[in-house]
Amino acid sequence: MKNKGEVKELASLFAAFLKLGLFTIGGGYAMIPQMQHLAVEEHGWLTDEEVVDCIAVSQSLPGIIAINMATYIGRKLYGMKGAVCATVGVVIPSFVIISLIVLVLGAIGENPWLQGAFLGVKAAVCGLILVSAVRLGRQVLRTPFQWVLMLGALAAIAFAGINAVWVILAAALLGIIYSSIRSGKEVR
Amino acid sequence: MGFVNLFAAFFRIGLFGFGGGLAMLPLIYQSVQQFGFMDPAEFSDLLALSQVTPGPIAVNAATYVGLHFAGLPGAAVATFGVVLPEFIIMMMVCRFLDRFRENRLVEGAFTGIRPVTIGLLFAAALFVSDGVLTRGPVISKAILTAGAGYFDWIAVGIGAGAVLLMTAAKMKPIRVMLLAAAAGAVLGGTGLIQV
Repeated sequence: MKNKGEVKELASLFAAFLKLGLFTIGGGYAMIPQMQHLAVEEHGWLTDEEVVDCIAVSQSLPGIIAINMATYIGRKLYGMKGAVCATVGVVIPSFVIISLIVLVLGAIGENPWLQGAFLGVKAAVCGLILVSAVRLGRQVLRTPFQWVLMLGALAAIAFAGINAVWVILAAALLGIIYSSIRSGKEVR
Repeated sequence: MGFVNLFAAFFRIGLFGFGGGLAMLPLIYQSVQQFGFMDPAEFSDLLALSQVTPGPIAVNAATYVGLHFAGLPGAAVATFGVVLPEFIIMMMVCRFLDRFRENRLVEGAFTGIRPVTIGLLFAAALFVSDGVLTRGPVISKAILTAGAGYFDWIAVGIGAGAVLLMTAAKMKPIRVMLLAAAAGAVLGGTGLIQV
């Protein structure tokens, strides 16, 4: 890397994902509200619609959702270098904190202040994910077809317990059929 | 040989674990048992720790298992192993998407996938509420019949407060989380909530 500007940009990407890794408590979904805020509002890296695409692709592929999202965004912004910076950034807080707890503290213990803090964060995350869903939904849900798909997916996953991967595959197929019928109509 | 097994086990977890952290834990449990990296009691410590510490759950679990098995080098090997498949697959998929983004089939697929992703997010909001805002599963018949005692009203209050701070006060999500952590710490520390 000869370019100083590029180093600076990669450093800010790395720092952003370091922060995301540090404040993701309770799994990948907890990362979404903050990821959206950082990428859309703070840095202007992505639009809301691109955030939805990122979540969609990350959710459809195997593995850790937070890693998928980091690799997706990093690559989209700065290619391979960006993907490495974002992914390493999001992993480091986990690695350091778990290592410190296991090697230094031995265990996290039953400290009520700490347990209470975790409970507070978990409760807040429920609300934050809801806010993200509504905010992104406003961008995406414009036609009755889209509303039907959204509600169908919610019912299939939350109430029928169907694996999200099947729901996404079915949605892709329905989307293809729907758009080919529509473009067929437009031609006529 | 141990390090190769450790790497292979976690590479496999990253490759075949669908649905992210929590959904990957059974797969992690099986692999850990198969290779004898730790016993069931230690695994329950892992479960508790990896869910309450910051970071993706499966990364926390990989670091924990690796540390247990072979100290810091083990942690590095397991963590690298669990992250690598995602990285490789995502790089390939993005490359494919870049090339075929304008393709009618890919475009059509995304018109279906985008609204479904919103549905997934609403489902995720329900799943993370399980046992946090309620004392049992959110999606159950019990929630209709159990009455007000089914909910943890302090947690519901914190969740609702977070929504208000985000929307009405336009506060940054990180500040909201820090405030919620502070509120929870005080409530837990002074014994106002049972933790």
